[in-house]
Amino acid sequence: MFVYDFEKPIYEVERKIEDLKRLAGKKGMDISKEIKILEEKKDDLIKERFSHLSIDEIVKIARHPSRPYTLDYIERIATDFIEFHGDRRFADDKAMITGLANIDDFKVVIIGQQKGKNTKENLRRNFGMAHPEGYRKALRLMKLAEKFNLGIVTLIDTPGAYPGIGAEERGQAEAIAANLYEMAGLRVPIVIIITGEGGSGGALGIGVGDRVAMLSYAIYSVISPEGCSSILWRDAEHTKEAAKAMRIIAHDLYKADIVDEIIEEPIGGAHRDYDEMAKRVKAFIVKSLSEFVPLSEKKILENRWKKIRKMTTQFL
Amino acid sequence: MIFKKKKEEGERFVQCKACKETIYIDDVKENLWVCPKCGNYFRISARHRVEITADEGIFKEFDTQIYSKDPLSFVDLKPYKQRLSEAKEKTGNKEAVICGFCKICDEPAVLVVLDFNFLGGSMGYATGEKIVRAAEKAITKSIGLVIISSSGGARMQEGILSLMQMARTSAVLNKLSKKGIPYISVLADPTTAGVSASFAMLGDVIIAEPKALIGFAGPRVIKQTIGRTLPEGFQRTEFLLEHGMIDMIVERKDIPETIGNLLRYFNKNVAY
Repeated sequence: MFVYDFEKPIYEVERKIEDLKRLAGKKGMDISKEIKILEEKKDDLIKERFSHLSIDEIVKIARHPSRPYTLDYIERIATDFIEFHGDRRFADDKAMITGLANIDDFKVVIIGQQKGKNTKENLRRNFGMAHPEGYRKALRLMKLAEKFNLGIVTLIDTPGAYPGIGAEERGQAEAIAANLYEMAGLRVPIVIIITGEGGSGGALGIGVGDRVAMLSYAIYSVISPEGCSSILWRDAEHTKEAAKAMRIIAHDLYKADIVDEIIEEPIGGAHRDYDEMAKRVKAFIVKSLSEFVPLSEKKILENRWKKIRKMTTQFL
Repeated sequence: MIFKKKKEEGERFVQCKACKETIYIDDVKENLWVCPKCGNYFRISARHRVEITADEGIFKEFDTQIYSKDPLSFVDLKPYKQRLSEAKEKTGNKEAVICGFCKICDEPAVLVVLDFNFLGGSMGYATGEKIVRAAEKAITKSIGLVIISSSGGARMQEGILSLMQMARTSAVLNKLSKKGIPYISVLADPTTAGVSASFAMLGDVIIAEPKALIGFAGPRVIKQTIGRTLPEGFQRTEFLLEHGMIDMIVERKDIPETIGNLLRYFNKNVAY
């Protein structure tokens, strides 16, 4: 498993606990008290370390190779997931997952970018960077949700929409613009969760809706810290400053009313406890859908427009 | 800037970056900021664009007091506040967009023009707000909306606030469309990133000037990503027409008449 430097002390304590358990098992000793003390110590250590993470470290957690991805969530929060493929125009984009599912009693369409856990999978998933066909597949499913009166749940985790020749030829800009335009007018509830990286237009392309949440170590920004550094500072050395200056963490976005809720991650980050993380994400989805599903189409559209119209106007 | 002023000859001459010819500035102006020698298109300020687009003397600007106040106190190599005041100084405008009522070839319109000279025409939260308000005015008055874009995209110095303008401008266009009001999008060099991926590509009609750079990602980013050189003419207007992304390429001198004709055609069907 991949471990960042700042996570190492945690894993060292964990290894010690494991070693101790094994040893005790061999010798038939009861050391449950000692183990309990060590476990508590471990939790304190994580809490202490994670209480003052730098922006740079939060970016690393948001991009953690072991972080739960869209399919990990779907597996845990939905039943009867049926994946849909293709935009009916060009191809099936494997960086974008779409399908039907049940979440508790709610029938929904789930949409989300999918990253890979290893190089091979990442090549197949294009590192979670969708092409126009990905955004068009997402829109096709959203239209389906509207037709059959299903809720829409989107899980955002992408470095950005893919910048390549084919993507430009097939209209990456138009594909994203069309989604923003259509999502504003869909007559069914849309619930959005930024689970990892909210990379610019590629994130927003499935990110317009009625309720937006962000995991506590997720990031959401207009451009990657690396991109910002290279354009504004004209070198690659200022990514930390760029990350800080752009205010890309959950707390800042919550303060600016861009996200409605922060979903706390389990101790040490979402990657340390997939089940607990998924449980919390599911609770947010169920709570939001319970609130929006009973509303009339008219009310849903009115509320959504009000939300969009008001956004960022407090800074005028 | 596609042209540069020749210092030694004062401000009466400019040099065309494409053909390197030195040209008398009045000749360039006369030719609507298109090089009279080689036909190269100069980028023009929003004011000039209004002058050559709207019928003479009836551009009534609104929302001039909406401008960015540096909500993040952003500092890169320079403080954003300083960049803003320099841009104001340079352009005489307070934001990267000018909006107003006008007539274009006798047809009433709400005209929105992005100013590339103002921080690369980048869209911040105040830019977005002005565009939203312009669209709302078009809805209230039932007149067509014309947006002429020239922008590098969303404004980085405002972080996520600028990204949200993509959603806001696109959402208001959805409302406009449902009222059956025409929206004509004109793309000038360059129209990329957050602006192309929102209102610029959402026109009922999309018109572009010749040889303008239009795309989602910048060519440099694409080159870096794919690690090879880009094909000739990639992301230029002609490439976009070929790939079905725009309706027509129109020369600068013919743009007002094209807009006027389109508005006249659509307006007949708008209930006043």
